[in-house]
Amino acid sequence: MVHPGYYAALSAVLFTIGVIGVLVRRNPLVIFMSIEVMLNAANLAFVAFGRARGVADGQIIVLFVMTVAAAEVAVGLAIIVAIFRARYRISVDDLSLMRW
Amino acid sequence: MEWVVFAVVAGCAVASAVGLVVRPNPLHGALYLVGNLFCVAVLYLMLRAEFLALAQVIVYAGAIMVLFVFAIMLLVPGKAEAGVDPLGPQRMLALPFAGLLGLVVVLVLPYAAARAPAPPAPGGVQPLGERLFTDYLFPFEVTSVLLLAALVGALTLARRRLP
Repeated sequence: MVHPGYYAALSAVLFTIGVIGVLVRRNPLVIFMSIEVMLNAANLAFVAFGRARGVADGQIIVLFVMTVAAAEVAVGLAIIVAIFRARYRISVDDLSLMRW
Repeated sequence: MEWVVFAVVAGCAVASAVGLVVRPNPLHGALYLVGNLFCVAVLYLMLRAEFLALAQVIVYAGAIMVLFVFAIMLLVPGKAEAGVDPLGPQRMLALPFAGLLGLVVVLVLPYAAARAPAPPAPGGVQPLGERLFTDYLFPFEVTSVLLLAALVGALTLARRRLP
């Protein structure tokens, strides 16, 4: 079988790609999706570690992470929609003010 | 055989993640992200996490991505990032630093998993449910409060302000 260490390495690569997406892109929706990629990479690492130790705890933590991700996406997209309503353009570089 | 599947799925996962970062159109990015989520679900199956694979497809690729596509259609249908970049060449500095981070993480993470894999926890869903409703009962209940808070927060934020 494939050793869980390879899954961990793959999750590290995916996490780095997500970081690059957050740093380089300007569209907040794409940044959000890159954050999802990072969350998924962390989940994959959790499952791989749980598999290496032969316990179910890693999978349970992933379950919680999925819940948090769902809540985060709901609130984050609501914030983006609210900003778009107020300013009619979305680029994270325009959003340097806390209030307007 | 398992190695072949792992190599193919891992390659697809990395390629779709790169596609998300590279493509200018956020809708294409959303499709690439769906592909990435499916690849990770297959990897969960190979790690004997059947329940998580199903939850991944239903929750992530189903619910969350629909939300994303809704938001993209609502805000910028097919509009790429336009205008002059205010950060300019500074932004490209992100690449070497991200590469450095990637190097560190790729070196450290497999080391943390480096031991002979123990036999998996028996069964599929049953040990998960037993642990979830005994040892992890309190976090599980807190999760419901979190979801309620997110629901109320999203409603409050997206509400149209009355004059």
